[in-house]
Amino acid sequence: MTCNLLIGGAAGQGIETTAAILERILKRAGAHVFSHRDLMSRIRGGHNFTQVRFGNAPVRCHADRLNGLVAFTRETLDLHRDRVAEDGFLLVDAALLPAEEMAGNRDPRLLPLPLSAIAKELGNPKVEGNVAVGALLRLFGVSRDLADGVLPLYLKESLVPINQQAIDRGYALAEPRFSCPPGDAADAMLLSGNRALALGAIAAGVKFYSAYPMSPSTSILEYLASKGVEAGIVVEQAEDEIAAVNMALGASFAGVRAMTGTSGGGFCLMVEALGFAGIAEIPLVVADIQRPGPATGLPTRTEQSDLKFVLSCAQGEFPRMVIALRHHADAFRQAIRAFDLADRYQLPVILLGDQYLADATATVPLFDPSEIPADPRPIVDDGRDEANDPDGEGAAVGEAGGSGYLRYRFTPDGVSPRRIPARSPGFVAIDSDEHDESGRITESADMRTRMVDKRMKKLEGLRQELQEPEFLGEDGCGTLLLGWGSLYGPLAEAVSILNADPDRTDSYGALVFGDLWPLPTRVLLARAADARRLVDVEQNATAQLADLVRQETGLACDARILKYDGRQLSGEEIASRIRKEARP
Amino acid sequence: MSPAFATRETAWCPGCGNFALLECLKTALNELGLDPERVLLVAGIGQAAKTPQYVTSHAFCGLHGRALPPAAAAKMANEDLVVVVSTGDGDTYGEGGNHFLHNIRRNVDIAHFVHDNQVYGLTKGQASPTTDIGQVTDVQVTGNQNRPLNPMLTALAAGAGFVARGFIGDREQLTDLMKAAIRHPGYALVDIFQPCVSFNKVNTFAYYSKRVYRLGPDHDPSDFAAALRVAGEFGDRIPTGILYQEQRPTFHQRHPVLSAGGPLLDRKRDPALVARFCREFV
Repeated sequence: MTCNLLIGGAAGQGIETTAAILERILKRAGAHVFSHRDLMSRIRGGHNFTQVRFGNAPVRCHADRLNGLVAFTRETLDLHRDRVAEDGFLLVDAALLPAEEMAGNRDPRLLPLPLSAIAKELGNPKVEGNVAVGALLRLFGVSRDLADGVLPLYLKESLVPINQQAIDRGYALAEPRFSCPPGDAADAMLLSGNRALALGAIAAGVKFYSAYPMSPSTSILEYLASKGVEAGIVVEQAEDEIAAVNMALGASFAGVRAMTGTSGGGFCLMVEALGFAGIAEIPLVVADIQRPGPATGLPTRTEQSDLKFVLSCAQGEFPRMVIALRHHADAFRQAIRAFDLADRYQLPVILLGDQYLADATATVPLFDPSEIPADPRPIVDDGRDEANDPDGEGAAVGEAGGSGYLRYRFTPDGVSPRRIPARSPGFVAIDSDEHDESGRITESADMRTRMVDKRMKKLEGLRQELQEPEFLGEDGCGTLLLGWGSLYGPLAEAVSILNADPDRTDSYGALVFGDLWPLPTRVLLARAADARRLVDVEQNATAQLADLVRQETGLACDARILKYDGRQLSGEEIASRIRKEARP
Repeated sequence: MSPAFATRETAWCPGCGNFALLECLKTALNELGLDPERVLLVAGIGQAAKTPQYVTSHAFCGLHGRALPPAAAAKMANEDLVVVVSTGDGDTYGEGGNHFLHNIRRNVDIAHFVHDNQVYGLTKGQASPTTDIGQVTDVQVTGNQNRPLNPMLTALAAGAGFVARGFIGDREQLTDLMKAAIRHPGYALVDIFQPCVSFNKVNTFAYYSKRVYRLGPDHDPSDFAAALRVAGEFGDRIPTGILYQEQRPTFHQRHPVLSAGGPLLDRKRDPALVARFCREFV
């Protein structure tokens, strides 16, 4: 059982803070929460809203049908009232309703409250949001006392008392009508996808993060900056994305775990350096938090259209790993894994997120301390490896200062022992030119071929590390949905809806990919063999995963559910489109 | 006893100005008594950028125009490294212009030696950001129309704390400039005239020899107005030496994380801290 509220208003009205306070209080009351942000790319005005969905069991995605609307502008009321259930409510600032609408046969769902009037009376129009929060707590029978612990988390100390009054005044305005679904999430975390990712990076021991601000990736930069001093992380705002990625490479070369993050447009600027990381074999973690493109596209909205781009971008051929982030806990874990893989295979690992997951907040069980690596740091050859220097020859044979260390020594698995300048003995030489084992430029045909083979060999190791896509739904399903990344939640809900339909004519399951390159195919081939048909579900116009699946396995999808309007598919929407567009 | 810096066979044209520059660099590093295993040479792409290939030290040969960002970041990661960037006028002022400006602002403790031959060498003779107006090349077929950038004035305007110019024809001075730049705490720029014998028939060894003069004791490098005046001198007479030097707080000194606690790469991450950050979301 879930309840779904929409809180909307103009940019600058504090909608996000109001929603954040509400969802934190609901969580502390035990509810599982999934809260989804729909923002316009502007600082003031326009129409922004947050949908707060909460229930007594984990909530995996947003939903379209609403149980309640909280409107701070007339536009919010008019745009969304049709989505509110008959027994739902339209909590609206009374000042927004003309007299004729207040009187007579008004919409029975209307719940006009003097939000702005009370805020004005209290002496600060900005506390309007918390008057509404107070009323909502009363409506749902949630203890008002929980607000006292939550307000200081989001407000300056000096503003807490007036906001407590606002909550009290709002609380007194309403009557209990619903009940907050009792859940067990009171001790869970409530955080956004980007914060989960950033927290994972901290857990993985990131010491250097350089980035140029770009929606929707900026909140990674902001969170790491907020913890940088305490956690000993250098967080540097670079002059552009080219500098950001090249700085991360310099820091990684010098021996710290380094990362950069951006969205598609910034990633475009980083592409040459991605190839550099490939040929120079420098561990690198890059987060591409997708938004609709091309070019500037829809800056604050969501899409999954960078997949093919990140699979193949940069000239030349080199191994890379691409991991899509499926949900909040996944973002945390995959960040830790990305640093580990980047270190062990000495290559770029791309974490592919999107605005939907980046900005949505959700309740997640407290991360298990056993998942936090004890002392994560680059894997370094300590210089005692005799095999790396069998006869004392190498980098600078016969020259003064030659240490014999071979940065790119040929090994059976293609991974050369790594040393850190001024920490391990010998000289470390890396080059964006083709090079020999010592890191010096070469144009030897034989060396070129062997070096390409050495680098590509790392993919064989990576393939042994792949995580198969997660299967959701009924084993032996007739229809198998394929998706990736943040469609995890909507697909999980869609499959539940479709399988619970008493009139169903088919059974449903979904495979949701996290690892995308190299593409894991074992479970896909096995599940596809059992299914009658495959339906690709993606947040893009060209079914990029379907093409990748076909390229890697020869499997063709029978139908495609695609959306590219910048708004995430909900579970209900997928289910209804499957019924309409992909009937068996 | 730490090994001395040595150089090895190069791929430069016979007569290239880089040979003398490489010798000066090696001499400067040796005279400073630095341990080669603590020195990191960073370069972009170009003839100048091949320098790290030829010196026994750590070498980071990156992308065209992108030498400064990794150099600065490597220093941030490990302050024990002595970081020297060696790269050309096209690399620094053209492709990497944005990084040039902003790394002056950062003021990370690195030395930057720009091999300035007023032409593109590796791509065979096109105009560079410092090429004179009117110079004819295979691309600027009617003569270069764009005003040359004055790197000294640019660096001064951007707030650099060490701005110097050298010439490979004066090895004694150039070696001293390199040593002073490496010793200077913060970003230190040395723009070095090194004639390109293959592609620049205008700015030759004789051309520079005729024009350059050493700044004398009457020039006060701490006088910003005087520095601007001599930096603007670029014609029949071109001054060499330290145009401007002022100690400004370095990136490390100003940085809340780096200013205390030792090299970044030696620090441990505290698992208890991560657990606490997690609990903040409850």
